[in-house]
Amino acid sequence: MAEPRPRRLSAPYEGVRAYCLVVGMWVRSTMAYRTSFVMMALGNFVVTALDFAAILIMFSHIDTLGGFTLAEVAFLYGTTSTSFGLADLVLGNMDRLGRRVRDGTLDTLLVRPAPVLAQVAADRFALRRLGRISQGALLLVWSLVRLDIAWTPVKVLLVPVMLVSGALIFGAVFVAGAAFQFRANDASEVQNAFTYGGTTMLQYPPTVFATDLVRGVTFVIPLAFVNWLPALRILGRENPLGLPGWVDFASPAVALACCALAGLAWRSGLRGYRSTGS
Amino acid sequence: MDDFIELDGVEKVFEVRRRTGFLRRTRTEVRAVDGISFRVARGEMVGYIGPNGAGKSTTIKMLTGILVPSGGRLRVAGIDPSRERTRLARRIGVVFGQRTTLWWDLPLRDSYGLVRRMYRIPDARYRANLDRCVELLDLGALLDVPVRQLSLGQRMRGDIAAALLHDPEVLYLDEPTIGLDVVSKAKVREFLRDVNAERGTTVLLTTHDLTDIEQLCKRVMVIDHGRLVHDGALDGLHAIGESERMLVVDLERELPPIDGILGARTVKVEGPRQWLAFAATRSAAPVVAAVAERYPLVDLSVREPDIEEVIARMYAGRASL
Ligand SMILES: Nc1ncnc2c1ncn2[C@@H]1O[C@H](COP(=O)(O)OP(=O)(O)OP(=O)(O)O)[C@@H](O)[C@H]1O
Ligand SMILES: [Mg+2]
Repeated sequence: MAEPRPRRLSAPYEGVRAYCLVVGMWVRSTMAYRTSFVMMALGNFVVTALDFAAILIMFSHIDTLGGFTLAEVAFLYGTTSTSFGLADLVLGNMDRLGRRVRDGTLDTLLVRPAPVLAQVAADRFALRRLGRISQGALLLVWSLVRLDIAWTPVKVLLVPVMLVSGALIFGAVFVAGAAFQFRANDASEVQNAFTYGGTTMLQYPPTVFATDLVRGVTFVIPLAFVNWLPALRILGRENPLGLPGWVDFASPAVALACCALAGLAWRSGLRGYRSTGS
Repeated sequence: MDDFIELDGVEKVFEVRRRTGFLRRTRTEVRAVDGISFRVARGEMVGYIGPNGAGKSTTIKMLTGILVPSGGRLRVAGIDPSRERTRLARRIGVVFGQRTTLWWDLPLRDSYGLVRRMYRIPDARYRANLDRCVELLDLGALLDVPVRQLSLGQRMRGDIAAALLHDPEVLYLDEPTIGLDVVSKAKVREFLRDVNAERGTTVLLTTHDLTDIEQLCKRVMVIDHGRLVHDGALDGLHAIGESERMLVVDLERELPPIDGILGARTVKVEGPRQWLAFAATRSAAPVVAAVAERYPLVDLSVREPDIEEVIARMYAGRASL
């Protein structure tokens, strides 16, 4: 049997391929019930939009929140929601992993010729999560129209870079959270606190939070790099921690570091998988 | 390239924490597989049996790369399964009787389609394999039913087909006939025999139904408490199991228990009928001759030892060790 030599590089490709295969299948089977899909996506849109409704209600009583105007808050809201929505769409189903680990059904994914991470992430892919992204993106566009920003090429470029880096950072938190589900039963709750909790926090200006908290999400769980730091630069605002200017451009590097760490955590988690006795 | 599967002193130790009091936990080790060595050649069909908790499923999980061994050396087709799991996955097929590898909410047909693309099975090959499985495993009417609506036996047949679509070189079956009715069992056995004979697929099979083994496997390995206690022909079990054959004789009239036959003893008397037990490894002829010479014989029959009994005795004997 002349098996082609495996190339180490092919693992990411295989992962993406398997992910697309499984996702494609779920999308097709979702589309078989088109009305129900539309309802679900709309529901998702409305539920996530309620977050912004809360902000609107606040602004009906005040003019600025922590020194930020409505359009500026909408910008923060839109960027984190879009980043988070992307990560949530791609990896949001990872919290089912804990159950698979406990009941041993992960076994069946492990015998297939595709990376387990891709299979777990694609499992029961939910297209309805497009609802969250679309409302985040809409608000982002609205805020960009309303805001009066002195655009430079750097600032223009910073917007997509920020969105992608943000999605990667959230994605890394999803994966790391999943990796801990190999060890601890209720790890998904902790992970939800960082992901869903994190994005809610990032929807507000950093100035409304205690400095220690801001420090925490900058240096410990680097969520501040999702939008706060680059967004402050775009909005022409002071960095609340008085950090040097280059930090505002560090998001891509931070994102890559997070992904690398999450990857390591995932590998070690998977290697510790022990299946079940029956 | 003879030894397709190689195990050398393979171990798997599970550490389990048990609550022994409030906030107090003790760690204990479960040696699920405790130093197993064997070789399986390409194209062999081997039965892997043992009592509950013996370590059969654990062995299969190590062979597929699901579990990382705690010790020893393990190779399948020259590959270390836990290190290169995904590469090996293309070349093996696995059926877990206890759980499905199919997608629960999808019809069988969609599951198979996904398998085809995931394993990159060439179109013609896929069609031929699928047609064959559908025919031999009687899947025609089931292809459009979501897996969760299939009965246990139907699902199992669906799973077996899924494991064979990509022409694996080796097929692991962990209790593939569990819960099947007589007809389905026969169908599955027939199919497996076919696959092994025509494709030369190596098969490793665990089961609690010894008929599976009797009908399919020339070689059987018995594992108990994580150790291999027998590896050889099924018949060889009689020797180590010290099993006995039974000579049943009908005499002309009621007589006292037959006595003085070398290597045989009378275990039961019922009117003119008497039962004599002798070692399964011995020939029946001299026993029959000796009886006929001294007693008025009308009729006789020899009963082969029941393999289930042999195994049961073997399991029980070891449990009390
Ligand atoms: N994930 C696990 N964690 C802890 N102990 C385990 C685990 N899996 C198996 N064991 C233990 O290892 C031993 C062997 O289990 P295994 O499932 O291999 O047995 P088996 O031979 O397949 O039994 P059965 O015939 O009941 O299926 C048992 O004592 C079991 O309790
Ligand atoms: Mg078992």
